[in-house]
Amino acid sequence: MEIVRQRRSKLLSLSSRLAKEKPLGTVCGIIILIMILVAIFASALAPFPYEEMHLIDRLQGPSGQYLLGTDHLGRDLLSRIIYGTRISLLVGLAVTTISVVISTLIGGSSGFLMGKFDMFLQRFCDAWESFPYLLILLTVMSIVGRGLVQIVLVMGIAGGLGGSRIIRSAVISIKENDYFVAAEAIGNTKWRAFVRHVVPNVMPYVIIGFSMSIGGVILGLASLSFLGYGLPPGLPDWGQLLAGEGRRFMEVGPHLALFPGLALTIVIYCLNMFGDAVRDLLDPRLRGGES
Amino acid sequence: MLIFPTLFILTLLVFLSLRFIPGDIIDVMMMEAIAGGGHRQLDRAEVEARLGLDVPVYMQYVNWMRGIFLHGTLGESLRLGWTVEDRIASRLPVTIELGVLAIVIGLLIALPVGIYSAIRQDTAVDYVGRTAAVIGMAMPNFWLAIMVMTYPSIWWGWSPPMEVVPFMEDPIENLWGFFIPSLILGTAMAAGTMRLTRTALLEVFRQDYIRTARSKGLRERVVITRHAIKNAFIPIVTLVGMQVPLIVTGAVIIENIFALPGVGQLFIVALNTRDYPVVQGVNLFLSAVVMFTILVTDLIYPLLDPRVRYS
Repeated sequence: MEIVRQRRSKLLSLSSRLAKEKPLGTVCGIIILIMILVAIFASALAPFPYEEMHLIDRLQGPSGQYLLGTDHLGRDLLSRIIYGTRISLLVGLAVTTISVVISTLIGGSSGFLMGKFDMFLQRFCDAWESFPYLLILLTVMSIVGRGLVQIVLVMGIAGGLGGSRIIRSAVISIKENDYFVAAEAIGNTKWRAFVRHVVPNVMPYVIIGFSMSIGGVILGLASLSFLGYGLPPGLPDWGQLLAGEGRRFMEVGPHLALFPGLALTIVIYCLNMFGDAVRDLLDPRLRGGES
Repeated sequence: MLIFPTLFILTLLVFLSLRFIPGDIIDVMMMEAIAGGGHRQLDRAEVEARLGLDVPVYMQYVNWMRGIFLHGTLGESLRLGWTVEDRIASRLPVTIELGVLAIVIGLLIALPVGIYSAIRQDTAVDYVGRTAAVIGMAMPNFWLAIMVMTYPSIWWGWSPPMEVVPFMEDPIENLWGFFIPSLILGTAMAAGTMRLTRTALLEVFRQDYIRTARSKGLRERVVITRHAIKNAFIPIVTLVGMQVPLIVTGAVIIENIFALPGVGQLFIVALNTRDYPVVQGVNLFLSAVVMFTILVTDLIYPLLDPRVRYS
């Protein structure tokens, strides 16, 4: 109980500091919160089902009935963007979760065990970093075929390998601390020292690092869908809205490309700004470009 | 970075990433070959042989490597009469021009704004510059590209040129054709460079040698140009090196949208037509380029910064 209360008060004080010191970050945080709510209640908020066609009202601009206009089959763009929010967030979270697990396993074991194992893994990561992210994703997606599960797995694994470096260096720096040396000196097994002392201290880096990468994941998904190697046509994610209808009908219905891209920009902007703000508050040493 | 083991693992990675082609893809390839008409009629055994799938996996790798090192070839495109390196070589100038122009435009935007932003820290200009940079980072470049192609043509009936004129024929026309794509690619990179320029300069301003320079009575202009900017440039050079993968990724998307016949477009077309030998070759080529840029950046760093060299 006590721990729960402490945690809660910590969270409260963090959010009040956020509101006081980082107004822009707070606004962005609120927008993200709204977006999460939109994603959860998509079916209640969307004015139409996202696949419902109104063939009489094809390719209409924004109007009272269709707030953001309609596409070439008369489907309501606003509803499609609202459902797209759900898909983007879902993929963002799922990919990030897989990435966290993989990079913690790889980075953690590499940094903890060191030696030849680490040596080999680091060369592997060097090679992986040289292989441009989009090229790997496109190549593998073209082989496994487009689909939700495929994309989550492929992006999750790719992101996990890339992120393992951060975890590795965090683990190595923790191993140099006195408390870790002491924990080993009093006879803890390696495994116990790892679980009790390294893992809890690495977790903040993991969580901050990866919550900041969700924006990148959403952008990556959009790029893949844009090039036709993302989600299947039944799942309208933002990149796909932009690529398919948006590009084909850009002369007659420019709104079809404008609004999904705007949604993408706003969300990625907010995720970046909110991430920056939280990171600055939690750990001033990690301050990035906004210092 | 140990170059040879890494290069070896890289070839393995590129190789293996395409080794899981399920059998039915070959059927698809054959169907597309027949439907496309551009290919000769192929039978299954021939397709497998062309892909090198008729020998065990390790032999496929050995054959590929043997081709590269003994015969200097990356393999043969499934389109008859082309080798992969021919295709890359014919497309490379476009991508290089796009990339170089993007870097130049990126720096032309980022450096002045970043430097000014740091000198006038926390003024309105600084805030505007920083906000623009963060928005620039959030904006997907493919969206920007589509917007540039859509709205000017609706409003003014103007659309960016979609044809590449050879540089030798008409340099101005050629550069103009590359201007919009490079600008879009460049602005995306400018955002990161601008932020880094600003922080690097602010960091340098805090150093003792800047205080010394000021206290011995140098004019502010001299302090900034001779002492501060020179030192702040070191991390920026590294960042520009790090942006090469960004250019590669950006080229794939931008060349596709603006119909520029570069390596990025070659990659997408090869992927769409399932010309996997070309995909494999382009992957190896571009990742090797990225790897060497990272290596060169690492090597240049101590040359620029004596503090790294002597410590």
